[in-house]
Amino acid sequence: MEKLNIVDGRAYPFGMKNVDTDIVIPAHWLKTISRSGLGKGAFEVLRKEPGNVFDDPEYTGSPILIAGDNFGCGSSREHAAWALADLGIKVVIAPSFSDIFSGNAFKNGILTVVLPQEAIDRLMEVAKSDPIHVDLEHQTVTTQFQDRFQFEIDPFRKHCLLGGLDEIGLTLGQADTISQFEAKDAGTRPWLVPVVA
Amino acid sequence: MVQPRTLYEKIWDAHVVERRPDGTCLIYIDRHLVHEVTSPQAFEGLRLAGRKVRRADLTLAVPDHNLPTTPRRDAAGNRIPIADPESAQQLAALEKNAPEFGIRYIGDADAEQGIVHVVGPEQGFTLPGTTLVCGDSHTSSHGALGALAFGIGTSEVEHVLATQTLLLKQSKTMEVVVEGELGPGVTPKDVALAICGRIGTAGGTGYVMEYRGSVFRDMSIEGRLTVANMSIEAGARSGLFAPDEKTIAYLEGRPMAPKGAEWDAAIAYWRALVTDEGAVFDKSVVIDAADIAPNVTWGTSPEDVVPVTGVVPDPESFADASKRAAAQKSLDYMGLTAGQRLEDVAIEHVFIGSCTNSRIEDLRAAADLLKGRHIAAGIKHAMVVPGSGLVKRQAEAEGLDRVFLDAGFEWREPGCSACLGMNPDKVPAGERCASTSNRNFMGRQGPGARTHLVSPVMAAAAAITGHLTDVRELMGVKRGEAVA
Repeated sequence: MEKLNIVDGRAYPFGMKNVDTDIVIPAHWLKTISRSGLGKGAFEVLRKEPGNVFDDPEYTGSPILIAGDNFGCGSSREHAAWALADLGIKVVIAPSFSDIFSGNAFKNGILTVVLPQEAIDRLMEVAKSDPIHVDLEHQTVTTQFQDRFQFEIDPFRKHCLLGGLDEIGLTLGQADTISQFEAKDAGTRPWLVPVVA
Repeated sequence: MVQPRTLYEKIWDAHVVERRPDGTCLIYIDRHLVHEVTSPQAFEGLRLAGRKVRRADLTLAVPDHNLPTTPRRDAAGNRIPIADPESAQQLAALEKNAPEFGIRYIGDADAEQGIVHVVGPEQGFTLPGTTLVCGDSHTSSHGALGALAFGIGTSEVEHVLATQTLLLKQSKTMEVVVEGELGPGVTPKDVALAICGRIGTAGGTGYVMEYRGSVFRDMSIEGRLTVANMSIEAGARSGLFAPDEKTIAYLEGRPMAPKGAEWDAAIAYWRALVTDEGAVFDKSVVIDAADIAPNVTWGTSPEDVVPVTGVVPDPESFADASKRAAAQKSLDYMGLTAGQRLEDVAIEHVFIGSCTNSRIEDLRAAADLLKGRHIAAGIKHAMVVPGSGLVKRQAEAEGLDRVFLDAGFEWREPGCSACLGMNPDKVPAGERCASTSNRNFMGRQGPGARTHLVSPVMAAAAAITGHLTDVRELMGVKRGEAVA
C-alpha cells in the first residue's frame, strides 16, 4: 500500500446522498480478476448525464471526492474502492460512510474523512473554484480561505495509512497468538470443524 | 457479578484473539464462504506473497453470481460453454483456486450448488455462535441461525484466508422488536422492508442488530434468513436471531453440521446464546406487527417503501432538501409520478429468486397463489430461480415446478441471477420488474432497469394481474381482516 499523508488538489463537488456501490461501479465491471483498470467504469450511470462532475475538465484527475451522507452503502464490492483509486482519488469527504466501504477504502490507501454537513456544504462551494488541502498527520481539512476542519480517525488506520503498511503481514506476525487461541478454543468448541462427508 | 451481555457481545467476546489498547480486536473467524466475484484478487495476492490458506477446513467455495441459470451440462454430461468470456474466466479462476489452496469446492453442476447464503445454512456449514464472513454484503443472512455473520471486501477475504482473523472494532448494538401477529399476506420480506422504511438505509450503520419479539420468535428459519439478509439494507453489517429449538431442529442432520457427541456439546453451547436479562442495547426500534402491510418499493433505495395500497410520495413532502432531490431523481428514473397509486403501476417482468427469497418456503408460497392461474398478457418474462440445486430438487418433488411452468413462468437453474444481472438474466432498460430480491438501486437489475422490491406472494400477485397488486385481494382476504 502506498503511504498517504498530505493530499493537496482539486476536489469533485459531487455531494450526492446514499451513493451505493452499484452507482460507484455497476455489476458488469465486477467480472475482472484484476484490481486495476476499473476507473473507466466508475460512476458509469451518472456519467451518461451531460454536465456530470466526473467528465467536467475542470475536475478531471482530482484527488479528492466530496460526497453526501451514507456514501458507499450496499454491496461489499471492493471494486468500488479500486475504481476510485484508479480514477486517482485518494480522499473521500462525506458526512457518513457505510462501514464496509470505509474499511475497503482504507485497505486501498484511500482516506475517508467524516465531517459535518455544514463543513461539506462549505467545501462543496470551495471545490468549484479552488483546491482543498488534507493533512492526515494533523487530521485537518483546510482551504486557502481560512477554513479549517478537524476530523477524527481510528489511530490504527491512521498509522497504517501514514506508513503504507500491509495489514496481512502485520497479522501474520502474530501467528503464535492465533495458534494459542485455536488450541484453547478446540477445548471449548470441539464441534467447530465442519464434517467432511 | 457478571455484567449482563447481549448475544452479540457474547459471540464477540468468545472470538477475541487479542485486544489492543485502542479497542481494536483481532477476531477469530470460524467460517469463510468464498464465491467467484470477490475472491480472484485475494487468491492472486496470496500467490504473489507466497502465502497459504491458514484454515482451508473452515472455508467453503461455491460459484453463484456469474452462472447462467440455463442448463450447464448437455445430454452427454459435457459442460456447456459460458458465452461471456469474462464470466467464464472468473468461474474458471475459482475452480482452479479452490483445489490449489485445498479449499472444499461445490461445482457448478453439483446438486448442492446454489447461492452461498442459501448453501451455507442448508449444508449445516453455518452454525450458531460462530463468526462467519464472505465477500458479499448479504452475508448478514446467516445471522438467522445465530451466527455473527457479515460481508467483507476482497482485502479482508485475503486477510481471512491468510490468518483466519480480522481486525475489527466492536459495533454498537440495536434491538429491533416486532411484537404481535402478522396479518394474512404479510411476510418476513414485508417486515424487512418495513424496517428499512422505518430506520433508513443508514439507520443501522455502525450497529449489529438483534431481532427480538414474538414475530421473530414465531418466524420459520427461512423467514428469519429473509429478514437477516436485509439487515445490510438498513445499514447494519450484521443482524442476529438468538438460536432456539427451531434453529436446532433445522440444523440436525445437515451434512456439515456436528454429529454424535459433538452435536450434543454443540447444542448445549448454542442454548446459552441468548441476550441476558438486563443487558442494554445502544438503540431500540419497536414496530407493531399490526402496522405492517404487504410492502413495495417506489424508488431506488430499499428505504423507499410504502404499503402496496399507498401512493407514490411527493418529493416535496420530504423535509430534508437532499432527500427531496434524491426522491425526484428516483421518480425520474423509475418513470413514476407523485400521487400515482402503486396498484396502478404495470409490470413487465417478474423475478422470484435471490438470497433474500429463493428458499423452499418462498417457492411454496408463490406456487400456492399461482395454482390454477396464469401470468397476465402484459408480462413479457417471469422466472423462478431456486436458491440452490437442493431447493430446486425439493420443489420438483413437490410438483411446484409444474405449477410455475403451467402459470407461464420459466423454471431455472440456481444462482444469483437477475438480482444483480452479472449473468445473462437482466431486466431491459426502462422496463419494470416485480422482484423478490433485495436492492432496487439504479441499474441493479441491468442498465436502466426499474425494480420494485416485493415478497414472493406479491411477485406472484403482480404476475397474475400484470400490475402491482395487493396479494390479499387474490387471497380472498379483505384488507385489515384477520384470518379465521
